[in-house]
Amino acid sequence: MSDNGIRYISKPHPVTGVTNSKLGIWCFLASEVMLFGGLFSAYVLLRASAPSWPHGSDLLNVPLATLNTLVLITSSVTMVMAWASLALKDFSKYKRYMAATILLALVFLAVKSVEYAHKFEHHHFPSTNTFYAIYFTLTGLHGLHVLGGVVVNTYFLFPGSALWKKDPEQFKGRIECAGLYWHFVDLVWIFLFPVLYLL
Amino acid sequence: MSEKQHSHDLPFWRKYIFSLDHKVIGIQYGITGLLFLFFGFCLMMLMRWQLAYPGQPLPVIGNLFSERMMVGGIMLPEFYNQLGAMHGTIMVFLGVVPLAVGGFGNYLVPLQIGAPDMAFPKLNMMSYWVYFLGGVAMIASFFLPEGAAQSGWTSYPPLANIAASGQTVWLIGMVFLITSSLLGSINFIVTIVQLRAEGLSFFRLPFFVWAQFVTSFLLLLAFPPLEAAGVLQLMDRLAGTSFFMPSGLVVAGKALEVSGGGNPLLWQHLFWFLAHPEVYVLILPAMGIVAEVFATNTRKPIYGYKSMVCSVIFLGFMSFIVWAHHMFLTGMSAKMSSFFQITTMIISIPSVILLTALALSLWGGSIRFSTPMLFAIAFLPMFGIGGLTGLPLGLAASDIHLHDTYYVIGHFHYVVAPGTIFALFAGVYHWYPKVTGRKMSEILGKIHFFLSIVLINGVFMPMFILGLAGVSRRLYDQMQFAHAQPTQPLNVFMSVCAWLLGLAQIPFIINIFGSLIWGKKVDNNPWEATTLEWAAPSPPPHGNFDAVPEVYRGPYEYSVPGQKHDFWPQNMAKEN
Repeated sequence: MSDNGIRYISKPHPVTGVTNSKLGIWCFLASEVMLFGGLFSAYVLLRASAPSWPHGSDLLNVPLATLNTLVLITSSVTMVMAWASLALKDFSKYKRYMAATILLALVFLAVKSVEYAHKFEHHHFPSTNTFYAIYFTLTGLHGLHVLGGVVVNTYFLFPGSALWKKDPEQFKGRIECAGLYWHFVDLVWIFLFPVLYLL
Repeated sequence: MSEKQHSHDLPFWRKYIFSLDHKVIGIQYGITGLLFLFFGFCLMMLMRWQLAYPGQPLPVIGNLFSERMMVGGIMLPEFYNQLGAMHGTIMVFLGVVPLAVGGFGNYLVPLQIGAPDMAFPKLNMMSYWVYFLGGVAMIASFFLPEGAAQSGWTSYPPLANIAASGQTVWLIGMVFLITSSLLGSINFIVTIVQLRAEGLSFFRLPFFVWAQFVTSFLLLLAFPPLEAAGVLQLMDRLAGTSFFMPSGLVVAGKALEVSGGGNPLLWQHLFWFLAHPEVYVLILPAMGIVAEVFATNTRKPIYGYKSMVCSVIFLGFMSFIVWAHHMFLTGMSAKMSSFFQITTMIISIPSVILLTALALSLWGGSIRFSTPMLFAIAFLPMFGIGGLTGLPLGLAASDIHLHDTYYVIGHFHYVVAPGTIFALFAGVYHWYPKVTGRKMSEILGKIHFFLSIVLINGVFMPMFILGLAGVSRRLYDQMQFAHAQPTQPLNVFMSVCAWLLGLAQIPFIINIFGSLIWGKKVDNNPWEATTLEWAAPSPPPHGNFDAVPEVYRGPYEYSVPGQKHDFWPQNMAKEN
């Protein structure tokens, strides 16, 4: 792969202990923290300056969101299992766990769209008030991140997995990076759920 | 050009257009950045006609503009606002940052750390093309029926929320530009952490690399909140939300049909959380360039290298907690403004350390007054004026008088135009031999320098007088205000200086193209410098170095006693 002489693509740097991609994905996640941090602080500022703020549990569907939380946490577990299967050099097991991760992500998106459709039916739009505005913006952006994860994971399930034969170490590294991203998306939801639905 | 390995068998479009080589991408960034700088400068030269001769038809080229821009050669206020907003946006986000970080950073960082390329070449290419698309979107917005964005480069709502469609394109363009610098900054951080040559410890890095390293962290962590703000404003404009729309807003005598409950200050907080670190994104690479040019042309080590490195890191941290000094007039509490005044005064300390260390580096040096050195020396007083005039703006009491006047314009232009852009010119003259294998003309370079330094002060110095007289920065025609009328002659003077400054760039343009043909050919190290990029051939081939370099000492070992030559390259194992 490193025909241009770039080092530490599949083997970690002896001093930093990480590969280039792993350091890169951590940097990327740091910027994502700032992105969602900016939106969360927007939520705090809007809520603090509002004369009254609705209870999320009165307007939003808590049981569906709880189900979605479980779905997403489970998908994080299957993602780790996919990576662990590669560490155990069991490629077919990896394929099954990766497929399960993608499937669970799709379930999450399906449930989310049921929730959205329900809101639109009752004429609750982003323009209704600032609560719905921040609800749709935060969950929408999070949904896009889930979708991004689905695309990346599907790539690694099908065409991207050809790398396993050429350079298993590098492929394992890629799955680890995809996993880090996926856990981050999971973690964002763990914050979104109580903030929007429960508080 | 000596090509190695497999680069010779790549087709043209892979080698020069969709290239993965950091040097080609650096040159692409550099050329695009210079073109955008020139374009942004042209917008300003148009504005200066309206400022100097308000309401008079623009001669010769006035009739080339459409009815939406100029009627009979007379500039419309809407078009003036578009020029202002786009001048700021283009200069900062499409000109200076891409040139300083994308251009110089991309080309030099891998060379200076002895790496064959950036850590992620494909991301690097993507970063350039995403930036390019953002630039195309920005320029294309001039051709919309209602023209480009016209709410200033700061895009404050609620005005920006209700502005014409150009603002939507501006926001989308910004999302592209933010994504581009995100990809770039990840690449820089990983490259600098992972790919340094054997023996090149962090405290042996050239100061330029340190500056790019800290800059990358600023881009990585400060830009996302602006992306968040951009998403919120897009939602406001497209989905009808009210993030930035307060309740009961009346525009032109009519109540707006929005749900309300939003807060315009939210935008300002998110915007300045980026835009203050952005100031350091503009200035740090410039300081890095000046440090390199100084060391080479004074033939002595940079004074206080370690204190400079510590200062630049501290500066990076502090730049995240000063943003609200742009907002003293928003009615924030005294406690808040005290906090931000104190942090603002604290951040001036590392800036002064950096500037002082650079100034002391000149002491006792045998200075070569080459063109890059002239530009680099000019950086010191120009940036000094910019920095010192910033102090009254950082204190709420004096800021009340000066806020949003031409004083502010003068202040930040001194930092960015004769400050950063002069340093970038120094960089162009300094590294041109490395990039092309030929030197630029010294005579043309000196003409360019002396004309520019005089004229640029003619443009910006009078702005302080205008600002102290209370002239607002966004006036279309200041003759309509009694307090501003006495300073109108200064506007004519500034405009003439600006147009002449435009002409003064012709020697530079001739030089940069002409030297490709008639410039003196050079070997690896024409300036007898010590850092690693001068160990590579000029221009460096694919993969950069003939042999993998190893580093034995710090970056600025000039005039070491007991050495035969007055420079001791980092990669030289034996005595020189």
